[in-house]
Amino acid sequence: MKKTTPAYSTQDDFGKKKPLQLAFFKNPIRRWFPLFLGPVVIAFVIGFVWPFLQGIWLSLCKFKLISDAQFIGFGNYAKALADPAFRHAFWYTALFAVVSLVIINVLAFTVAYLLTQGIKGSNLYRTVFFMPNLIGGIVLGYIWSMIFDGILSHFGTSILLETKFGFWGLIILMCWQQIGYMMIIYIAGLQNVPGDMLEAAKIDGATKMQTLFKVTIPNVMPSITICMFLSLTNGFKLFDQNLALTGGQPFLIQAGGTTIKTTEMLALNIYNTFYGTNSASQGVAQAKAVIFFILVAGLGLAQLAYTRKREVQQ
Amino acid sequence: MKKRLLALSLTAALAAGLLAGCGGGSAESKAPEESKAAEPAQSQAAEPAATGSVYWLNFKPELDDTLQELAKTYKEQKGVDVKVVTAASGTYSQTLNAEMDKSAPPTLFVIGNSAGVKDWKDYALDLTGTAIANELNTDAYNLYDETGKLVSIGYCYECYGIIVNPDLVEKAGHSMDEIKNFEGLKTVVEDIHARAGELGFDAFTSCDMDGSSSWRFTGHMANLEYYYEQEGTTWTECPPTLTGKYMENFKNLYDLCINNSLTAPNELATGGHDAAQEFKDGKAAFQVQGSWEYASYKDAVPNATMIPYYCGVEGEEKAGLNCGTENCWAINAKASPEDQQATMDFMVWLVTDPDASAKMVEQLGIMPYKGAAESTNGFLQDAAEYTADGCYVMNWATNYQPNVDAYRATLVAALNQYNADQSDANWEQVKTAFVDGWAVQYQEVNG
Repeated sequence: MKKTTPAYSTQDDFGKKKPLQLAFFKNPIRRWFPLFLGPVVIAFVIGFVWPFLQGIWLSLCKFKLISDAQFIGFGNYAKALADPAFRHAFWYTALFAVVSLVIINVLAFTVAYLLTQGIKGSNLYRTVFFMPNLIGGIVLGYIWSMIFDGILSHFGTSILLETKFGFWGLIILMCWQQIGYMMIIYIAGLQNVPGDMLEAAKIDGATKMQTLFKVTIPNVMPSITICMFLSLTNGFKLFDQNLALTGGQPFLIQAGGTTIKTTEMLALNIYNTFYGTNSASQGVAQAKAVIFFILVAGLGLAQLAYTRKREVQQ
Repeated sequence: MKKRLLALSLTAALAAGLLAGCGGGSAESKAPEESKAAEPAQSQAAEPAATGSVYWLNFKPELDDTLQELAKTYKEQKGVDVKVVTAASGTYSQTLNAEMDKSAPPTLFVIGNSAGVKDWKDYALDLTGTAIANELNTDAYNLYDETGKLVSIGYCYECYGIIVNPDLVEKAGHSMDEIKNFEGLKTVVEDIHARAGELGFDAFTSCDMDGSSSWRFTGHMANLEYYYEQEGTTWTECPPTLTGKYMENFKNLYDLCINNSLTAPNELATGGHDAAQEFKDGKAAFQVQGSWEYASYKDAVPNATMIPYYCGVEGEEKAGLNCGTENCWAINAKASPEDQQATMDFMVWLVTDPDASAKMVEQLGIMPYKGAAESTNGFLQDAAEYTADGCYVMNWATNYQPNVDAYRATLVAALNQYNADQSDANWEQVKTAFVDGWAVQYQEVNG
């Protein structure tokens, strides 16, 4: 067997190996690391690792209360994947996530770009744009449902009556809420674009557009990566705004009485499966949640890997 | 150096925050293991009072103030701890689910309908022949499982129908005697609505379809269809399918409500109107509601009275009100014997102590127990009068709605489409949701 690096061995910059124990206890920070790391690790295990593992276990069970779960194998996954409402929710959510990702990022970048051009009152604008982000999702959903219905009632309809109203309503709501947040990240990125580069571009006779696309955007790629990651995962995980704005309405009632909630997104579908039905379906909801996790994590990581490649080293 | 100190103190603050966080969290995350051994854990928790304690997960938000007060009184009089937690409106099943998993689960909770019996019967103590069961004066509001175990026991019952403000009806030049069937009701309602501008009030209050009000139609008014579909018998378990034979009658009354009210039918979907306030302010003469509103209506509309769901069924002149309950106590079978005993004692105290039962009755309307205070609820008195006159009581067949939340949500969505455009095609959708949706949800639960 080949010699492998021991878990706690350290390598200095020149690649020379130091004996493990010495290196470990010489440095006081290393000696005391359990004290600093311990609470975080414990909290992380209690708050995340344990519930997460239990969630996976429960997805293989039939249960009413989690304390007396009964192992049944992969039946829940089969049921989850066979559920037409879940598949509808998946495609609807995917569409929503992509559309909101594009619109939010384009608008947030535009606003950020304008507000870094030295306009008078920039700080005031930044605050105003950021504020919607401070309101909770449920409240926002109800407020916007009133705004939309206030307008739509003039046309004898309501946001609850048409799938497309529900979709665009949610997009508008999310843009309104998220643009300010993404804008802050973009502003930070834009302020870090090296002044000498911009100056050099100017001296070389680059137009504003050329400067933007050849200098500024490559330099803010890290911000774009993080903003795209955030808006993609936010789009997929969206729950409270969805619940409060339409709650899945309108429903498509098929012959035979089964229904598809046309504006129900994945997270709401999981919630409704868990609580709206009987104990047999709670395991199914749990299985859906695990599938949901894999999906969001996979997509998020893929997107990160893709945009990371486009980042430039300054 | 200063920087280092700052960093250190920040780290300490973070660590402390996290530790505090886990202190609260760890108790809960232990619940799964502990509740397997619920009994020893329970008796440990109840150490100071060797007699056990009571934890009531309450179902009725309007009862909360009274219960908190009674819990305090009970502690003063008997020295037993009573904790009352009220689940927010419409979230009882979620809260119950979460609470039952904790190391100190509720000892007293509510199993209100057949679906609840199915879900929770294993957690309910058999109440047959217990002290509280012996205090009952009727068996009509109790729930049994298929083996005949008494799972839960009614602690109040209610009635619903159409609440009328007779003063307004008379002001419009009509009399209550005209309303003895659907034809009579329709004449009066349509006349009032037609002259609403001149009279200054309308026929029905707003019929909002949002979560705070849609149950008045999908839960209560729907009962008339189920009731008549029983054809003189009463269901003892949820039927797998419906025939929808009386859908036309449901439509009669439903159309009358939405088309003759303060709010136009196409503005009901997202709600936002306060129907109770409209009724109290005398802006409308009719409202589809139940006896639990009596306490809040009696001052504003002292003559308010309740009439049956007249819907065009033959012989409906003999109809009475819809009486039943979803308020049934169950004792947690997995609680320690001491806690079960303490809970039982507390329940008996609530229905026998003159002061306590008077306070309960004031909120609940009536309690079906021998030693409880007399009812003061005018609507329940109306119900009793109908029965005394030989009218039939419409039982709450609606309690059998399978997978109730999902079933009603679909019905609401279908009614929203219909309200916006009252076409035959849209009514067909309502019918599909009402009749076929029942079968679908039945399969979902039992399939």
